Amino acid sequence: MDEKLLELVDISKTFDTTEALRDINLYIRRNEFVTLLGPSGCGKTTILRIIGGFEQPTTGRVLFEGKDIASLPPYKRRVNTVFQRYALFPHMNVFENVAFGLAIKKIDPRTIERKVASILELVNLANYGERSIESLSGGQQQRVAIARALINEPEVLLLDEPLAALDLKLRKGMQIELKKMQQKLGITFVYVTHDQEEALTMSDTVVVMNDGVIQQMGTPEDIYNEPKNIFVADFIGESNIIDGIMIRDYLVEFSGRKFECVDTGFGENRYVDVVIRPEDIKIVKEGEGMLTGQVKSVIFKGVHYEMLVESQDYTWKIHNTLMEPIGKKVGLNILPDDIHIMTKGGEAHE
Amino acid sequence: MNRKSIMAYPYIVWMVLFIVIPILLVFYYGFTMESSAGLTFSLENFKRFFEPVYLMVLVRSFILAALSTGICLLLGYPLAMILASKDFKRKNMMLLLLIVPMWMNFLLRTYAWLTLIEKKGIINSLLSNLNLPTINIIYTTRAVVLGMVYNFLPFMVLPIYTVLSKIDKSVIEAAEDLGANSLTTFKKVIFPLSLPGVISGITMVFMPAVTTFVISRLLGGGHYKLIGNLIEQQFLSVYDWNFGSAISIIMMIVILISMGILSKYEEVREGGGIV
Repeated sequence: MDEKLLELVDISKTFDTTEALRDINLYIRRNEFVTLLGPSGCGKTTILRIIGGFEQPTTGRVLFEGKDIASLPPYKRRVNTVFQRYALFPHMNVFENVAFGLAIKKIDPRTIERKVASILELVNLANYGERSIESLSGGQQQRVAIARALINEPEVLLLDEPLAALDLKLRKGMQIELKKMQQKLGITFVYVTHDQEEALTMSDTVVVMNDGVIQQMGTPEDIYNEPKNIFVADFIGESNIIDGIMIRDYLVEFSGRKFECVDTGFGENRYVDVVIRPEDIKIVKEGEGMLTGQVKSVIFKGVHYEMLVESQDYTWKIHNTLMEPIGKKVGLNILPDDIHIMTKGGEAHE
Repeated sequence: MNRKSIMAYPYIVWMVLFIVIPILLVFYYGFTMESSAGLTFSLENFKRFFEPVYLMVLVRSFILAALSTGICLLLGYPLAMILASKDFKRKNMMLLLLIVPMWMNFLLRTYAWLTLIEKKGIINSLLSNLNLPTINIIYTTRAVVLGMVYNFLPFMVLPIYTVLSKIDKSVIEAAEDLGANSLTTFKKVIFPLSLPGVISGITMVFMPAVTTFVISRLLGGGHYKLIGNLIEQQFLSVYDWNFGSAISIIMMIVILISMGILSKYEEVREGGGIV
């Protein structure tokens, strides 16, 4: 698990005059499920295309098992891609699409037939071999695309927002199926998405990107619980971000009050950003909390209610399974563990 | 009656007046003959066409048209590929140059070739000034084929270019991703996907080439009689409208059969196997 299968070293990429990637350093271990997560235009697809061989990095090296493959054309790489809009061959049926990679390698027809049958079974499309591509639904086409890539037994499978075109329910189902497939086959997945929930559900490692720069890399738990900067905090889940002053280690002041916290190393009396997740703010009776506020709005979100509570200088977004009526004055409590401190516009300290 | 079918009426009237009635007239003349009893039904015109002299004309027309179509395809496909490639910067310029000659009169363009390749034409005087051997192709098959290729090349390039530029780039990348080098990608993905363009290109070149009479008369000097010349002759100099109509009908049937075969081929490719 610790072997570095694929490594990007100091990669940058410039299209004409726009900088798409800057100083990308990233390694991917064998059998890992890595997700590149970020808003559209953040450079995540460009990284995937550089690994796949469709783009050349402007500077930097792409190492595969320690060897530089930056100059290798796509067809010589032991990497396969599931494209965003599937890119199936419209003039071939399902069987021919899936068999394409093997047919090129001149493998004997009987072996091809056996392998295609077993991979179609894996993606739940047994007996679909003779069907034409246009007769398939989006979800089925998507599975053909996965089968077509997997049949070549790649070392790394690259997936470019493969579920983006599917409806919510199908997407949830496919997320689980993909994860199962990855564990069963033991293939390294590099997955690109802008859906933070998808990233958190499926990945071993999440790489959060913005503006061509890696913002944070870590396990889904790390990324969610310990966002490194304001961008990550804001992009992954929802956050209350409020100005504060770090008085000294373990003590921060915001909303006109001092709070205990677990952060250190900011120095004394520094301006900082304080990040608090909506579900980490507890509502108590008026007068019993650290802060006091008035409920301004309540929205039912299914599992929980989302409430906006106005205190003297900030409107808090709070998630709670119990509802408080609009207009009611309440107290708010925040535990030291749930307060995340970040330097202004920069990164968090440990 | 919905509004759309009412709007179709003017077109239906137009088509009846200028397409259906003339075709019926052609059939009327083709299946009748002038005799002492006036016009009578007869298959004589068709029988006459199957004499070797006339059959040879038909065969020659087909061979020349097929040759020209083949050359157009060989020249046009690479050009269409260059035009369709994304990073080709002078694309619009090239497209314009390809189309501009079509804005000029067809006769004029063919006459221009006459002055170029004549025995003492522009090309030959240039060559002889440079002490190079002159070319002697005027009034030969080669000149006729040259004229056809020159005139009809854009009709081959444009449909292929349109289809090629519509092919999803990611499909080509997918082929490379799955291990196909550029030659295999072309053979297994690009070319099969461009077939509809190739077929309409072939149709658009072959049809005018097989029926042309101007190119063969001007550049072939009348020695190379094609089916078009034969029909023209029947109507304009021999005044045998009946025989001329019969040839036209035969021509229509032969073209229909060729198109039928072509479209069959297309259907087979769409559903058929490549692997």
